[in-house]
Amino acid sequence: MSEHQEQEMEGGLSRRQFVSAGAAVAVGAVLAPGVFLHSVAQARSPAEGASNYQRWGLLIDTNKCRTGCDDCVSACKKENGWGNEQVRDEQKVQWIRKVDLKEHHTGREVSLPMMCQHCAEPPCVDVCPTGASFKRADGIVLVDKHICIGCRYCMMACPYKARSFVHEDVIHGDAYMPRGKGTVESCTLCVHRVDKGQNPACVESCKEKAMTFGDLNDPKSEIAQRVSQYATRQIRADLKLNPGVRYEGI
Amino acid sequence: MTAQHALRAFLTLVLAGWVTASAVAEVAHPVIPKGKGERCVADTSVMRRNHMQLLKHQRDETMHNGIRTERFSLVGCMNCHAYVNSQPVSIKDERHFCNVCHQYAAVKIDCFECHASTPQPVSAAVAPEAHP
Amino acid sequence: MKVLDYSEIEGRSGSYIGWLALLGVFLALGGAAALTMEHYGHAITGMNNQVVWGMPHVFAVFLIVAASGALNVASIASVFGKSFYKPLAPLSGLLAIALLVGGLAVLVLDLGRPDRLIVAMTYYNFKSIFAWNIILYTGFIAVVYVYLWMMMERRFNAHTKKAGVAAFSWRLILTTGTGSIFGFLVARSAYDTALMAPMFIIMSLAFGTAIYLVTIIAAYRWTGRELGFSVIARLRSLLGTFVAAVLLIVAIYHLTNLYITQKHDVERFILADGGVYTALFWVGQVFIGGVLPLWLCWHKRWQSSVTATVVASLFVVLGGLAQMYVIIIGGQVLPLEMFPGFDVTSGFSDGQVARYTPSVYELFLGLGGVAIAGLVVSVGVKILRFLPVSLADSAVDPHVKSAAGKQ
Repeated sequence: MSEHQEQEMEGGLSRRQFVSAGAAVAVGAVLAPGVFLHSVAQARSPAEGASNYQRWGLLIDTNKCRTGCDDCVSACKKENGWGNEQVRDEQKVQWIRKVDLKEHHTGREVSLPMMCQHCAEPPCVDVCPTGASFKRADGIVLVDKHICIGCRYCMMACPYKARSFVHEDVIHGDAYMPRGKGTVESCTLCVHRVDKGQNPACVESCKEKAMTFGDLNDPKSEIAQRVSQYATRQIRADLKLNPGVRYEGI
Repeated sequence: MTAQHALRAFLTLVLAGWVTASAVAEVAHPVIPKGKGERCVADTSVMRRNHMQLLKHQRDETMHNGIRTERFSLVGCMNCHAYVNSQPVSIKDERHFCNVCHQYAAVKIDCFECHASTPQPVSAAVAPEAHP
Repeated sequence: MKVLDYSEIEGRSGSYIGWLALLGVFLALGGAAALTMEHYGHAITGMNNQVVWGMPHVFAVFLIVAASGALNVASIASVFGKSFYKPLAPLSGLLAIALLVGGLAVLVLDLGRPDRLIVAMTYYNFKSIFAWNIILYTGFIAVVYVYLWMMMERRFNAHTKKAGVAAFSWRLILTTGTGSIFGFLVARSAYDTALMAPMFIIMSLAFGTAIYLVTIIAAYRWTGRELGFSVIARLRSLLGTFVAAVLLIVAIYHLTNLYITQKHDVERFILADGGVYTALFWVGQVFIGGVLPLWLCWHKRWQSSVTATVVASLFVVLGGLAQMYVIIIGGQVLPLEMFPGFDVTSGFSDGQVARYTPSVYELFLGLGGVAIAGLVVSVGVKILRFLPVSLADSAVDPHVKSAAGKQ
C-alpha cells in the first residue's frame, strides 16, 4: 500500500517538476530576466532581500520517517555546529530532535523530527522584549543573537519546545553558524543555505526523502501542491499559529 | 590652601597625566598587519572611522532582511584581514588585525564570542555578488 | 491629631553594624554567584532547556510582587484617606522601592547576557508584556520616589494625594503586568489564564503587608522606639484578610482547571501526584502560607501576641515563596502537550516531567536580592526621616481609648 502510494507520488512529482520547469522556461522566454529568476523562486541575488512573496515551509511525511534514524539531526548538528556541548543532558542544545509517538488505544507508532515550526504568528516573537526574536519577510523565524539578552521568555512561550539556551561557552568548529553563550537559538531553516538557493541540511540528508522544503506561496512548488492535495497536520493547530512546518501521516 | 596652590596642584596633575599618556603611546604603537587583498572595500580613512557602523548596518541587513552582499560582511573582512605574514590567525593571537587596534584603544569587542575570527572556507561564504 | 515627629535612626550600635555586615555577607555571596554564573554560563545552575526559569525567578518575582504590595500601607493613607496609616506611609514607600530594586537586580543578573542591559533599554518590542514590565518596574521606582518626596517635604504635602493615586494606579498595573508574564503564555496549560493578573495583585497585598509588619516591628524593637499595639493589630487584621483572599483565588484557579478536562493533567500533578510540587502546594503554600497565618491572625488565643503576628508574617513570606516555586517551576516541569492521544518519547524528555534541582548559585543570587532590599531599607532609615519617633497608641490614634475598649 505504502509502496504503491510512494510510486504514485514520485510519478506525480516528476510530472510536476517537468511541468514547472517547462513553465519556467516559457515564462523566461517572454519576460525580463529578473522576473524569470523570481519565478524559479530559489535563486536570488545576494543584494536582494527576503520578501513576503515567499513563505518557506517544510512538509514532513511521517510515513517515510524511520524510527531510530536521526540522519536529519546529525546533518543539522554538522551544518550548524551544535551537539558538542559538555553539559548535562537537559541543558544540551536541541535545534531538531526525533520524537516517537505511540497511539494510546491502537498502539500505532509514528516517528518524526520536531524543530522550530516557523509559525506565521509566532508566540516567541510576541513575547520577546527586545525584538531579538523575529520573523523574516519570507516566514523564517530567527533569533537576532546580537540583541538577545538571554531572558528565555521565548522558551517559555514556545509550544513546541523548539528553542534552546546556550548554557556554556561555545566550542567553535568548522560550522558557519555563529553561536554564543547566554543567547537563545533554534532551527533557522538553514537560512544561510536557503538564501543561496539550497535546501536545508536536514532535507538534503534524509535518505527516505521524507522532508520536502519549498515555497508555500508558490502554487507550482512541490510543497504547495502536496499540502493542497493531501491531508497534512499542523501541530497544535488549536493555537492557530499557522506553522510553516506540516506533517503527513500522524 | 590658597588659589595659587590649588592651581599649581591642578597643573601638576594635568602635566603628569599628559606625560604618562605620551609615554604609553610611544611604547605600544599598534603594528597593523597587511590585508591579503589588493585594496580594502573602502578608503582606509573611512574604514578607520566608520567600520563599526558599516558592520552593524550590514549585520542588521543580513540578519533581518537576508541581504548577503559581501562588501561589508564580517566574513569578507576576515577572509582578507585575518592573516599575519600570510598565515591565518585567530582573535586569540595578539597580532590579529582587530586585536592590535582594539587593544591599543582599549575598546572591548564581543563579535568573536560567536563569529569566526579566521578566514572561512569558500563553502561557508556567500555566493559572489552580482555586479550591477 | 497632633503632628508626628520623624527622625533618622541613630545607627551607631554594634548590633546595627552587625546587621549591615550580615546583609553585606549575603550581598557579597549574591554578587559572587552572579559573577560565577556569568563566567561559566548557566551550565552551573540547575536551570536547563526544559525548566528555563529557576530559583532566581522565584525570588525575583516574589520580591517584585511584594514590592507593589508593600506600598499598600501608604496607599491606604493617601488614596483612601485613612489618617491612621499616615505615619506608616514613608516606610511603606521605602520598602516598596527596596524590594523592587532587590527583585530587579536578581532578574537582571540572571539574564544570559547581563552585559547587554543597555539593549533591553534601547530595543523595545511593545507587543511583549516583558518589555512593558521593564518600563513598569523602572517607572515604579520613579513614581514612588516622587510620592515619597511629596510626602516627606512639608511644602509639597498638598500634592501627596495626587502622587499617591498615581503610585497606587501604577502598582496595580505593575502587578497586572507581572502576573500577565505568566497569564499570556498560551503554550503552557498551567498558565494561559487571565486569572494570573488578579491572583498576583492579591498575592502582592498579602506578601507586602507581611514584609511590612516584620520590618516595622523589627525597626521599632531594635531601635527601642515605642510601637503601639493598635498599629500591629490593624495591620494584622489586614494581613488576615489578604491571606484569606489569596486562598480564595487559588481555590477558584484550581476549581476552574478541574472543570476543564484539558487541564486535568496539570491539576493531577499539582494537587495529587507531583511529588515535591504537590508537597510545596499543600504544606508550603496552603498550610504554612495560608491556614497557619489565618489561625495566628484571627484566633482569640493569639490576639495580644506580637510574636504570633511576626510568626504569621514570616509564614506568609515562606508560603509565598513556596507558591512562587509551584507557579514558576511547577508550571514548567509539566510536559508540553503536542500530540494528544499519543504516548510521546524522545531524547529530549518529551512526554516526561522535567527535572530541576536548584544550585547554590541560584539560591545565593536570590538571597542577594533579599540582602539588597534589606540594605536599602536599613541604610535608608538611617539617612532620611522615614520612621516616626513614636508610634505609641496615643501618638497615632486619637480614639485609642475607645479602640482599645472594643478589643
